Amino acid sequence: MILWLSQVLIPLVVTYIVAFGLISRRPVFEDFLEGAQDGLRTVAEILPTLIGLMTAVGVLRASGLLEAVGEWLRVPAGWVGLDPELVPLTLVRLVSNSAATGLVLDIFERFGPDSPLGMCASVMMSCTETVFYCLSIYFGSVSVKKTRYALPGALLATAAGIAASIWLTR
Amino acid sequence: MLNYLWSFLILAGMLWGAGNGTLQEVTQGLLDSAKEAVTLGITMLGLMSFWCGILNVGTRAGLIDWLTGKLGSVLDFLFPELGRDHPARRPLAVNMAANMLGVGMAATPAGLEAMKALAKDADGKDRATNSMCTFLILNISSLQLIPVTMVAYRSQYGSADPAAVLGPALLATGCSTLAAVVFCKAADLVTGRKGRRGL
Repeated sequence: MILWLSQVLIPLVVTYIVAFGLISRRPVFEDFLEGAQDGLRTVAEILPTLIGLMTAVGVLRASGLLEAVGEWLRVPAGWVGLDPELVPLTLVRLVSNSAATGLVLDIFERFGPDSPLGMCASVMMSCTETVFYCLSIYFGSVSVKKTRYALPGALLATAAGIAASIWLTR
Repeated sequence: MLNYLWSFLILAGMLWGAGNGTLQEVTQGLLDSAKEAVTLGITMLGLMSFWCGILNVGTRAGLIDWLTGKLGSVLDFLFPELGRDHPARRPLAVNMAANMLGVGMAATPAGLEAMKALAKDADGKDRATNSMCTFLILNISSLQLIPVTMVAYRSQYGSADPAAVLGPALLATGCSTLAAVVFCKAADLVTGRKGRRGL
């Protein structure tokens, strides 16, 4: 039921909005074009941030530093009940959504999506966001330099999500 | 902060690469990611324009006002600095609703608009306000109710019950969002006592 709902959600929202616009006698296509223009501008605005961030993350990943840190954290991860296999995912999740998805699919391949590891990875991906991506896109767009308590708060929320994933799937 | 984060990512990667003899991979990684960023940008161009268009239809027809009204008390609680008619309220409501539904491409443009409207209140231009921090932390805490893509991947990889993730995911998202709200409220209290200075 929920699954079906999630599949029809987007068509439903689009249909509802367009139909509602028509009923309110709005020039819906002109309204659409006006908004789409803003969309174009938005993407043009965040593209430099995107390129800067993704190249930095690309450099970091290619250097092998993340794997090394993952190795160092294997033992401390065990203390909090985090499977060593999930350590790289936890780290990568902070910087890149596509790379994290790749790691999750790799876990699915090796252990199966229904294994305890697969379940934990699925939940972890569902309850967290790419911290550095959000931070740079949103604060970069208004050129905030003093981010104050935003990063600690974001990391705390992410840690809470990860802890909950471990606890709920063991 | 962003300056330090970004240069840390670059410098740490470069130095580690030099130390481990992976500099060639690092160069390749740099070139590949630049290309990947543009590809992602092109995908975003289509999807974001579409959602911005649809959202504008909704705004002009008054649907967004309705949504903002529905979320009014939530917004009042989370963003006490904002008055009833603050221009950030509408994009904030859209961003939160889109995040809950898992439509990230609709959430981002609204989120950027909200951030711009919030930034107008900042006294120092480069310093984030409490509302801006709350908004960002909430977004990062993930508000998504149904992890659609994860369910799709699970079924693609032969899961016996792809939807088994829904319950735990909802609970875990609740935990991370609760942690975010408690943290932001505590930060509001602490900074409020110091007259919004410090921290």
